[in-house]
Amino acid sequence: MSRQSNRTTDSKKMNSELFTLTYGALVTQLCKDYENDEEVNKQLDKMGYNIGVRLIEDFLARSSIGRCQDFRETADVIAKVAFKMYLGTTPSVSNWSPAGDEFSLILENNPLVDFVELPDNHSMLVYSNLLCGVLRGALEMVQMAVDVKFAQDTLRGDNVTEIRMKFIKRIEENLPAGDE
Amino acid sequence: MADESLFDFLHMEIVSHIYKEQQSSKGEMDNKDRAVCVSVLESMGFRVGQGLIERLTRDSPSFKDELDVMKFVCKDFWTKVFRRQVDNLRTNHQGTYVLQDNKFSLLTQLSSGKQYLDQAPKYLAFSCGVVRGALSNLGMDSVVTAEVSVMPSCKFQVVVQKL
Repeated sequence: MSRQSNRTTDSKKMNSELFTLTYGALVTQLCKDYENDEEVNKQLDKMGYNIGVRLIEDFLARSSIGRCQDFRETADVIAKVAFKMYLGTTPSVSNWSPAGDEFSLILENNPLVDFVELPDNHSMLVYSNLLCGVLRGALEMVQMAVDVKFAQDTLRGDNVTEIRMKFIKRIEENLPAGDE
Repeated sequence: MADESLFDFLHMEIVSHIYKEQQSSKGEMDNKDRAVCVSVLESMGFRVGQGLIERLTRDSPSFKDELDVMKFVCKDFWTKVFRRQVDNLRTNHQGTYVLQDNKFSLLTQLSSGKQYLDQAPKYLAFSCGVVRGALSNLGMDSVVTAEVSVMPSCKFQVVVQKL
């Protein structure tokens, strides 16, 4: 990776390191606290969800994106706006299901895994599982129930990192019972 | 490449998670539980601080003395990690340093003033670890504590341990 001597790039890269290293420390701590990788994956997803439900507000405030018309538009916004804004990378959207309710995000690079190698005894660990939770939590706040999981992971030997997103249903807004 | 806000979100969630986990085993949290949480957060920060300082000082020449190290921490390191420089550095020239940051980045979103003052230590533990880890890799063993009297101003106290 060549280092640009551009000030802004440097400082953005530095902040990325803080985030990446902190995430690494978190995963390490979770591996210590929980006996098996499945538990760690679940915790990462849960924590990601908690982050996602807050992140969406930050995203909506900063991007001024309006309501998406359909799931395809949602996919584009996630890849081209959200990922770019937060992770500085734009995954490509592909592998749409015939019904148009499922697609893949292919990430060329994933800042979470800079400097990371999975040791042999953690082959079931989905290191970046936080991302799945974040997407799930964020979309739930805009009335979409989705299922998100990693289909491929460079940390586990695949060529690319692929996140598979499936639309489950629209969440109806629960209006409080009022005086009719 | 990762946005700054991501670290803030992650840090808040980590703090929340650690405290929730500790609490779930019993109903109430006593001081010992709180100390465990602080200790876990601090040791996470320690590893991060070590890593960060390695990346930051890879190409720099070695430091002249302790004070030089502390000035580096207050300027370059603080800018890298907390997005600004320390406002005030004081020392007794006998191994104790006080770093004052008047707008500590991890506290600005909590409050300005006295609200949530009792919650502040939770959000400072990680940062104390980061500072301690950085100093450790620069050859200085220390004890780092933080105190807040008015948010978001924060004082970090570094006491260098002499062998």
